[in-house]
Amino acid sequence: MKHAELIHELIAIFGADRVLHKHNELVVYECDGYVAQSGRPRAVVFPETTEEVARVVQLLHREKIPFLPRGAGTGLSGGATAMNEEVIISLVRMNKMLDVDFENMRAVVQPGHVNLQLTKQIAKRNFYYAPDPSSQSACTIGGNLAENAGGSHCLKYGVTTNHIVAAKVVLPTGRVVDFGAEFGDAVGYDLLGLLIGSEGTLGIATEITVRILKKPQAVKTILAMFDRVADASETVSRIIGEGIIPAAMEMMDQLAMQAVDKSNYHVGYPLDIEAVLLIEVDGLAAGVRAESEKIVDFCKEHQVRQVKVASSDAERALWWSSRKMAFGAMGRISPDYVVQDGVIPRTKLTEVLQRIREISISSGLRIANVFHAGDGNLHPLICYDASVPFETEKAMKAGSDILKVCVDVGGSITGEHGVGIEKIEDMRYLFSDAELCTQIAIRTIFNPDDLCNSGKLIPKPGRCSEMKHTSSIIKQQLEIFVDKSTKSASHSM
Amino acid sequence: MGLEELYSVCVHCGFCLDVCPTYQQTGKENESPRGRVYLMKAAVEGTIPLDESVNDPVFNCLDCRACETVCPSGVKVGTLIEKIRGLTVQENPKTGFRKFLHNFFLRELFPSPKRLITVRKFTRFYQRSQLQKVIHMSGALRLLPKYLREMESVLPKVTKASALSVLSKDILPLSKTSKGTVALFTGCVMDVFFSEINMATARVALRNQLRVNVPKQQICCGALQVHAGDRDQARKMARHNIDVFLQSGADFIVVNAAGCGAAMKEYPELFHDDLEEQEKAMQFSKKVRDITEVLTEVGFDRPKARLERTITYHDACHLAHAQHIRTEPRELLRSIEGITLIEMQDADRCCGSAGIYNITHPDMAQQLRERKIADLPRDAEVVAMGNPGCMLQIQAGIQAGGLEMDVVHTVELLDEAYRLERAER
Ligand SMILES: Cc1cc2nc3c(=O)[nH]c(=O)nc-3n(C[C@H](O)[C@H](O)[C@H](O)COP(=O)(O)OP(=O)(O)OC[C@H]3O[C@@H](n4cnc5c(N)ncnc54)[C@H](O)[C@@H]3O)c2cc1C
Repeated sequence: MKHAELIHELIAIFGADRVLHKHNELVVYECDGYVAQSGRPRAVVFPETTEEVARVVQLLHREKIPFLPRGAGTGLSGGATAMNEEVIISLVRMNKMLDVDFENMRAVVQPGHVNLQLTKQIAKRNFYYAPDPSSQSACTIGGNLAENAGGSHCLKYGVTTNHIVAAKVVLPTGRVVDFGAEFGDAVGYDLLGLLIGSEGTLGIATEITVRILKKPQAVKTILAMFDRVADASETVSRIIGEGIIPAAMEMMDQLAMQAVDKSNYHVGYPLDIEAVLLIEVDGLAAGVRAESEKIVDFCKEHQVRQVKVASSDAERALWWSSRKMAFGAMGRISPDYVVQDGVIPRTKLTEVLQRIREISISSGLRIANVFHAGDGNLHPLICYDASVPFETEKAMKAGSDILKVCVDVGGSITGEHGVGIEKIEDMRYLFSDAELCTQIAIRTIFNPDDLCNSGKLIPKPGRCSEMKHTSSIIKQQLEIFVDKSTKSASHSM
Repeated sequence: MGLEELYSVCVHCGFCLDVCPTYQQTGKENESPRGRVYLMKAAVEGTIPLDESVNDPVFNCLDCRACETVCPSGVKVGTLIEKIRGLTVQENPKTGFRKFLHNFFLRELFPSPKRLITVRKFTRFYQRSQLQKVIHMSGALRLLPKYLREMESVLPKVTKASALSVLSKDILPLSKTSKGTVALFTGCVMDVFFSEINMATARVALRNQLRVNVPKQQICCGALQVHAGDRDQARKMARHNIDVFLQSGADFIVVNAAGCGAAMKEYPELFHDDLEEQEKAMQFSKKVRDITEVLTEVGFDRPKARLERTITYHDACHLAHAQHIRTEPRELLRSIEGITLIEMQDADRCCGSAGIYNITHPDMAQQLRERKIADLPRDAEVVAMGNPGCMLQIQAGIQAGGLEMDVVHTVELLDEAYRLERAER
């Protein structure tokens, strides 16, 4: 199909107002929150209903034109970047809350619903949506589903996959199916679990049913400043070792503190401390008081310089904003940055930070560290200047080296930001060819022509005779998802 | 700051998206701060031409600065937008009717106190004679778009004379002690349609032991010119005001219109290539205060009279986002005994007025007005705010929506309370 014809067809579905196709207006869609690589899409469309998503996907599938879903474009691994001149299906206009059921603690939202908006809308009844990525004021629940997003409070409450119970999905062939079950566990294989974290390679979620929680009765937030990182990380291990699971336990190093202190959310961290811990406990009032007192004691036992409990909501909000703004605040100290997302066993923290420091010195690039200390999810922020020749490459290399360190100490290359295009080569360090083939075989069931977000998440394995074999079997029996009765009705699985 | 310094601060995190009113309405990243910054960067670096794909989004921006409030990196989106508008205006001078409009309003009318007096006279005649009625009955207004018709119908009655002409040059407070001298900025449109608010501002300042100067040579602040990209004209006006107000020797330069206050605090941005002038602009802008700001800064007296009202407060963008003034007006309002302040949803989302945006972009302005009206708590009797443009816009929306709610400036409520206490004594 010729380009002009395609645009004509798209306009026929959406109207001219909901199709972007002029060369220069597509520029803004050439990357997401990860800016080191970019690619301009063929067009961007803005559906408002599941049916519209299905129609455009059917068209693109029929014409074998690549496409990808995009939420707010805050992803940090290039998942929403069009590397193959895709048609971008932007879900931001599908931002409604379709239903809320307080008694049964469920809400149904469209995928473009912004994470924090959900909490705001149900706050009056004292409910909230637990997964709280730092980008929650902008990112969408659809993007959260695709990345299996985590957040500060996921230490106690679990990540996105623990909070999504069902989803309506437009498969890459244009068929509409339902995954999961609003109540109880869906019987059979956990296809919803497979979808969550699949980075838009298995289909496009168009309706998402989430768990909503009652706000805890009491919250206490503690800020602890340490002269030495080692003391801070030992405190983290100690707290968990004593059987306390805080709602959140976050750490920042000196360079990160300097950046956030330059932002609108100035806390005033001393310039000579190595680490700050932000710890929150929540639950019933009595328990929370006792736990926070214990935590303060543990901090003191580990040579804390200063430790305080937030004395007001305003102070608590300031500390949290300071932490949540950290990535964005990198612009205060560096023209560009790339953030890594390695996971390590908590006990290796001090050692890994030392290795990161060495990488920083040898690459000549400053590296700030922000992380979810409780679950060992590191976010080294590598500062660079893209306008300096070769510095982007240097930064990528430093990032990759850090991930290798993480894998070597028994961890992994991503905790929550996904693989996307950014870490796709690092997947080979983590998985064998055979393992990659298995993953591709699974993808092929859902996404037979690899049209939907191609080139993300799973790298093409070197040799893959196995894969060819598997996929030919699958191709022959492709009709797995075909509805025998009516073409457009949705299935439950 | 140069352009590159301004845009290179953006790290593309996207935190600005969901607070941007035009992005909220369209869902298009081209109409978001992050997208606009990206486009401006591409245009400046020459990867795309400075054509309508850049200019439309840049001129569709409300310049409301909501993005600056949330930006972790501190990108000055407003300044960047205004500078690029300046470039565009330079490169593609307006032609035809648009040129006429631009020149007429921004170069001939607003900068000239004399012409404003003529407008005031004409409008007053229009409103007081039978002319307005005749025109309304003749249906001639139907020629105007509905949206403008609605604005016309809520234009306040023009008073007999402007505050600038009525108030004397130097007014001493009644009290013996003084907390300092303020030079009152009376504004252009403000003093045509809202001269009463200027009078109220002066009274409230005097009541709080401030000496009030009214520099007679002052002119319009130039904010609209800056927003429209006419930086040459804006610079002329700024220079004039800087001289006039610095000469007055006042401790503070007091403003009651959010847009003017923000523009005057940002005068130094206009003089990048003239360090001497910039230095003067800085001296000037350091003294600029919103009336609510100066009152909380020097300390204000709690009115002794009660005012039984249920009110809500709308944050004008150029107070909340551009000047970070949110608590001061609320504190003043709450200080009045009997007032119940109910917060509205998204109080700091733009109402669509945005200078002359509601005339240049009526569609978007109307959508935003409707959202604002939907957010007004229905049990409020009064909605207070600190900007005349918002007052007209919200008044028009309230009328179109068939609501009964008074629209007032924050100082008007305060003034009323102080006047009551005098009456009660
Ligand atoms: C400053 C900053 C801080 C961040 N902090 C965190 C954090 O604390 N925790 C965390 O987990 N992440 C964090 N992120 C990363 C990012 O916000 C998350 O990955 C988020 O889930 C992405 O949502 P989005 O709406 O922006 O999706 P996008 O970036 O638009 O898309 C992300 C991926 O999801 C796919 N996708 C989007 N919508 C759908 C859909 N409806 N169906 C199927 N696939 C879809 C896209 O194809 C893409 O692969 C942060 C990002 C930034 C910029």
